[in-house]
Amino acid sequence: MIEAVGPIKRKFAPWDDPTLKPFIRFENVTKRFGDFTAVDNLTLDIYEREFFALLGPSGCGKTTLMRMLAGFEQPTEGRILLDGKDLSGIPPYKRPVNMMFQSYALFPHMTVEGNIAFGLRQEGMDTSNINTRVAEMLELVKLEKFAKRKPHQLSGGQRQRVALARSLAKRPKVLLLDEPLGALDKKLREETQFELMDIQMELGMTFLIVTHDQEEAMTVSDRIAVMNHGIIAQIGTASEIYEQPASRYVADFVGDINLIDGAVTAVGDRIVTLHCAGVDATISAEAGPGEVAVGAEAGFAIRPEKVQISLEAPPAGTPNVLSGEVWDIGYLGDISVYRVRLAGGSIVKATVANLTRIVERPITWEDKVYLTWPADAGVILLK
Amino acid sequence: MAERWTQDVKPFLAKWALVAVPYLWSLLFFLAPFLIIFKISLSQTAIAMPPYVPVIGSLGDFWAKLSSFTFDNYIFLTEDPLYYSAYLSSLRIALVSTILLLIVGYPIAYGMARAPKSLRNALVMAVILPFWTSFLIRVYAWIGILKPEGLITVALQWLGFLGPNEQIHVYNTEIAVFIGIVYSYLPFMVLPLYAALEKLDATLLEAAADLGCPPTKSFWVITFPLSLPGVIAGCFLCFIPIVGEFVIPDLLGGSETLMIGKTLWAEFFNNRDWPVSSAVAVVLLIILVVPIVIFQNQQKKA
Repeated sequence: MIEAVGPIKRKFAPWDDPTLKPFIRFENVTKRFGDFTAVDNLTLDIYEREFFALLGPSGCGKTTLMRMLAGFEQPTEGRILLDGKDLSGIPPYKRPVNMMFQSYALFPHMTVEGNIAFGLRQEGMDTSNINTRVAEMLELVKLEKFAKRKPHQLSGGQRQRVALARSLAKRPKVLLLDEPLGALDKKLREETQFELMDIQMELGMTFLIVTHDQEEAMTVSDRIAVMNHGIIAQIGTASEIYEQPASRYVADFVGDINLIDGAVTAVGDRIVTLHCAGVDATISAEAGPGEVAVGAEAGFAIRPEKVQISLEAPPAGTPNVLSGEVWDIGYLGDISVYRVRLAGGSIVKATVANLTRIVERPITWEDKVYLTWPADAGVILLK
Repeated sequence: MAERWTQDVKPFLAKWALVAVPYLWSLLFFLAPFLIIFKISLSQTAIAMPPYVPVIGSLGDFWAKLSSFTFDNYIFLTEDPLYYSAYLSSLRIALVSTILLLIVGYPIAYGMARAPKSLRNALVMAVILPFWTSFLIRVYAWIGILKPEGLITVALQWLGFLGPNEQIHVYNTEIAVFIGIVYSYLPFMVLPLYAALEKLDATLLEAAADLGCPPTKSFWVITFPLSLPGVIAGCFLCFIPIVGEFVIPDLLGGSETLMIGKTLWAEFFNNRDWPVSSAVAVVLLIILVVPIVIFQNQQKKA
């Protein structure tokens, strides 16, 4: 027996604990700009110390939701509670919430130090405490050497760190991050994502991040709310959203997916059978949320990495088989993406991990291939 | 050979030709007249055509007559208190007017920069619009407004603030000069301020509010410091020409207001003392060189 060394990371899931009160609560919040409804009767609970992501395409209302929490916009209807207190009527400069802006919004006429100290000065903290806190913050974001620089003398990544340090300096109850890493290149973005997680754990604050980048949301956050047209399409952990999407919209927005339309022919205990006329195949899969009835229109959704691709025909009687011809191959280094054209003309993607260092892969263009998957690999979606 | 011409020589010449045009212009229409004025300021008055000696006929003449040049006119300026009190009074009026202009112009520019985008161009137009009428006519119009039996008096009488025989005596006072200057120079203050304020990123104010700074305070710690280049540009664009202003004090200030522009005019046209008035002009220029140099440096930094 091998004994576990060091602390075992406990599962963090306050949302499953019915005794806990939510820290931030959006209660039937609606926001209209003229005729446009940015946020539509939305209710959302976020718990203390949670790293929560609002994910969605631009215009889905995620930024508006965040700006209402910061106090820059007022809800048209509904209310927002923070730690049990109604925030309505409290101006932004009196809310215990700080925001890291997408454009960073650093004060160009102040040094890095001056920017970080700004919020502390507003609190009326005395100079020696301000200096200590600023030094701490500079250390946290590893910018000690740049304290006296002005924002225009910094690189994009450094500016991003100053913005983060400035928004953390006051130790807000909640930190709001509006597309915080959007302006960074991919490598730096990935690094910073992990740093953000470390900082959040170290300081024990509640973080709310707005992003349109699903990878970013999945990497950093405990839970994700996928938004669409001002409503929440699904809330869940990254794996819940990825593996059990609640709707076609979520399945399509988060990650890559194959969607095949069909009609329900049989409803079993857990497994639903679908006849897909377009590809002339019968598919069985687990049912997603919602009541499934025979005859209902439904879609079958499966992630490309769960589709097995093979040159040999599976034994007769194997369920869930599609056949087609390799149309395109995308070599991405770690994986290869095969785009397979089925008899009906539709395309199904299958990804294969490149586990060996061989240059020639056995499957090539125009090969006739068979696609198979286990019954629990995909999901039937009604919406 | 031909390659060298198109690659090195031609672009070099083209670049210098472009730079040379404004320099030649300044040389011809600024430096040359200045040298003539400077030369006259070293001469003596005479009853002649032109009314000073010596008159230089040729370059050979110049060296021969060099000995008769004197700095007497400059010494004269220091002896008569009229001149330095006129200079001081001009500087004072220019300073006060510039401060008044800043106080009046800043809220206008701020309002324009905060107005909806669709309205802003119309507002800029409204600021520039007075330029479509002659400056002189606009200043004359103020006489009609300010004079004792003018529009202000009539309006106040009509509203009942003034009795039928009471009048407002603003015309021919320094107050009228301030009113005229603030009115005339306002666009020169508003436009640079507007340019600076319009560039200001509104999210900076949101960031300030987010960090606990109430709006009035964020004006002083964010908006105002960031609009300083506009404030400096506007102040110098107003201060420098106001020091030498002649028309406004002449038309609105009456005999009470002493300004160097008026003194210069009187010296030149009433006394026909070209050498002394030239000396007045040269000294005025020297006084203005300091703020002009500061302004140029500021502009370079911005």
